[in-house]
Amino acid sequence: MNFNYSVEGGNFSKAGTASSQFKKVLKQLNVDPITIKRIVVALYEAEVNIVAHAWEGKIDIEVDMEKVYINLADKGPGIADINQAMKPGFSTASPSVREMGFGAGMGLMNIKNNVDSLHISSEVGKGTELEMTINLSSIISK
Amino acid sequence: MKVIEIQDALNLKVLGGEEGLQKDILGGYTSDLLSDVMGHAEQGYIWITLQTHKNVMAVASLKELAAVVLIKNNVPDEDMLEQANEEGIPVLVTNLSAFDISGKLFNLLTK
Repeated sequence: MNFNYSVEGGNFSKAGTASSQFKKVLKQLNVDPITIKRIVVALYEAEVNIVAHAWEGKIDIEVDMEKVYINLADKGPGIADINQAMKPGFSTASPSVREMGFGAGMGLMNIKNNVDSLHISSEVGKGTELEMTINLSSIISK
Repeated sequence: MKVIEIQDALNLKVLGGEEGLQKDILGGYTSDLLSDVMGHAEQGYIWITLQTHKNVMAVASLKELAAVVLIKNNVPDEDMLEQANEEGIPVLVTNLSAFDISGKLFNLLTK
């Protein structure tokens, strides 16, 4: 099964809409609550990253019996140093974004802690692509 | 303990999301960083914060929190309350600081 969402860069009034819609899908699919929680945390953080940093993005999700695969691709400034971006506390968010309580440099760690695999690729000036997989058979609660 | 009991005991004002006042509170979390709450709050927690925008309700809804308490008489944005009403998640306000209200809540919830 495939699900697609588009994300508007800079529009915080819609941040979390895709995550909220996909959460409803997961409940309908009877995914266990612990796994839903993990997926929702990771997806929300990645969605907010597009809103906070990129110009536009799309989210493509594939669900099968074993896993949920989420691909988030944005057009945006890209990430110059992905290892640095992964460090807790590192952030390039603007002061106004930080004032809202976003951009504390915790998002990518929240993603990493809640998925079974994560791959980030990025080209400066073009955009960023995040691929994450959550195994549905996994009973590891993190 | 239900949200309505805490509202009564601590003299909190309900600003929105009245529908959820009968929800059980399973714990609490005090933070103004949304990712911190995303990563560490649990279902049924009451969230103490100074943030007053709509994204607070998005996080509260995704995490299935019991209620949000705004500190120091902070005034929520209109669209935050609209979403609170839509989601049925109570938004309450206190005149106390985050430290003081967290202490009182802690005492009530661990009694």
